[in-house]
Amino acid sequence: MNSHVAARPPAVPAGPIERPIDWDALIEADRVHGSLYTDPAIYALELERIWRRTWVYVGHESEVPKPFDYVMKSVGPEPVLMIRGRDGKVGLLHNRCPHRGNHVCVSERGTARSFTCPYHGWTFNADGSMRGMPFPSGYEGVDREGLGLGRVARVEAYRGFVFASMAAEGPSLDEHLGAAKGIIDEVCRNSPTGEVELTCGFLKHKVKANWKFVVENETDGYHPGFVHSSIFQVSGSRITELYGDKSLSLARYLGNGHTEIDLRPEFRKRAEPLSWFGTTPARLPDYVARMNEAYGEDKAREIMIDGVPHVMIYPNLFIAEIQLFSIQPLAVDQTVQHVTALQFKGAPDINRRLRQQTMGSVGPAGFLLADDAVMYEGTQIGVGLSNPEWLYIGRGRHRERQDEQGYLVGCATDETTTRGIWRHYRSLMEAA
Amino acid sequence: MPVGTQDFALLQDVGQFIYREARLQDEHRYADWEALWADDGIYWVPANGDGGNPEMEMSILYDNRSRIGLRVRQLMTGRRYSQTPKSRLRRLISNIEILETAGDTVTAGCNAFIYESNIKGETLWAARNDYVLRREADGFRMVLKKVVLVNNAEPLYNLAFLV
Ligand code: FES
Ligand SMILES: [Fe+2]
Repeated sequence: MNSHVAARPPAVPAGPIERPIDWDALIEADRVHGSLYTDPAIYALELERIWRRTWVYVGHESEVPKPFDYVMKSVGPEPVLMIRGRDGKVGLLHNRCPHRGNHVCVSERGTARSFTCPYHGWTFNADGSMRGMPFPSGYEGVDREGLGLGRVARVEAYRGFVFASMAAEGPSLDEHLGAAKGIIDEVCRNSPTGEVELTCGFLKHKVKANWKFVVENETDGYHPGFVHSSIFQVSGSRITELYGDKSLSLARYLGNGHTEIDLRPEFRKRAEPLSWFGTTPARLPDYVARMNEAYGEDKAREIMIDGVPHVMIYPNLFIAEIQLFSIQPLAVDQTVQHVTALQFKGAPDINRRLRQQTMGSVGPAGFLLADDAVMYEGTQIGVGLSNPEWLYIGRGRHRERQDEQGYLVGCATDETTTRGIWRHYRSLMEAA
Repeated sequence: MPVGTQDFALLQDVGQFIYREARLQDEHRYADWEALWADDGIYWVPANGDGGNPEMEMSILYDNRSRIGLRVRQLMTGRRYSQTPKSRLRRLISNIEILETAGDTVTAGCNAFIYESNIKGETLWAARNDYVLRREADGFRMVLKKVVLVNNAEPLYNLAFLV
């Protein structure tokens, strides 16, 4: 069952990039230059300024339920071990031996009080500290303190969602999440216990495309009616209404790169609990009963009408109604989406359907995602070609407005989200 | 145990069925392929190993009979973009073995090697296939087809053709 480390990255240049980049020449208000998706120097700079500096989603605490449980995760292209310590706290270790650099763990998950490097047998505690090295007389007088496994500088969880920053300094997770915290709360309140779990394993779907195309597509409300028309047609789904020209749904920029497609106006118009999930209360009586018990009937009804948000938490956590994706860049033109079904703690009947619908729609064979994948792969080929060199992202710019909370919103099909993502990207990349 | 002529005949029948299924898949003959399924058929492609409990864990594909039909209908819309244009496919089947017989069902296994060519380039897929076949009036029907890709724990490119 255990397999090799997933998504082993190709070598990536580390350290500062010499070439100064003129962002004015690449990012404008309504267009972006194609080289942003193809230039290896820009990709290397992104690793430094985004993936190794800001907060990145890593995993969920429910994936390591007991002390010493670990699971292989990643921060950008870099593999890390997410491990629950003796004290119950979840930490992240770099899977890289401080001696000669070999990996110390090759199984994707397990329980371990220590890790032993297979090369020369150095061993490390679950907190990364040095436990011992064979033939210790060769290390007389050596300070072992500095010879532990690297620890990811900052690790913090919000409602079970574990985020990491490889930089010791910088905005707090709280500041980074900003409005996204409220959206995570909304996700969780769909669980009768208020808790979400990730307990059914991941599919790993690889595409030949730059990671930013994937991020942008997640809250691109313009494409579903076209890209997914085949499955909507044969499944009798009502999803096209949500993403049509007449839809009341909104594309929202939440700040800090976070974006969402707010489908609630359409669901509220329908006023049918569980319509967001394509089902009815009669088919999920246990779940409905538990929700009523937990929140009271009125509130439960409201929650079950609104459903789970469709939110992209920058740069790599996408929650889409029933599933969760973690986006991992591997190379300038290579990205993996790790995807699993959301599971609501204490709600087995809806969980089963969440798993089955997720399996149907995402991953390499999914009714939805396989078709998205060829779109990003097509755009990746396109940005390598000349004339025009730019991508136009101006859709709906004239009708953008601020909502009651001050966030920028557009129609569901507008590129308000994409433009927000690029403004944030630019601020991260320009920060020295 | 000596193998009787009976067993050879069965092996041949099963082999012909599996070859035919492979050819229908390679040639994107969706409706003909769908007709090979029993009413209670399960089409399963596990992820992350040889397959745990598909009711509890994510699989790459875990279709019951109605979802198999949905998959085929999606392919037939002509707008299943991950198969537009269709992958060019050829698969080699080998090592066919009868693993068990019970009443009117036969369990058989084989290896499959699939060459795929499409706009993305060339992709090679290797798999172990397990079949549970039921003999019906006009031939075998698939009750279970389980495809264990050798690299199913690694990130995979699109797998939108019938595997
Ligand atoms: S490389 Fe790990 S002990 Fe030598
Ligand atoms: Fe999509």
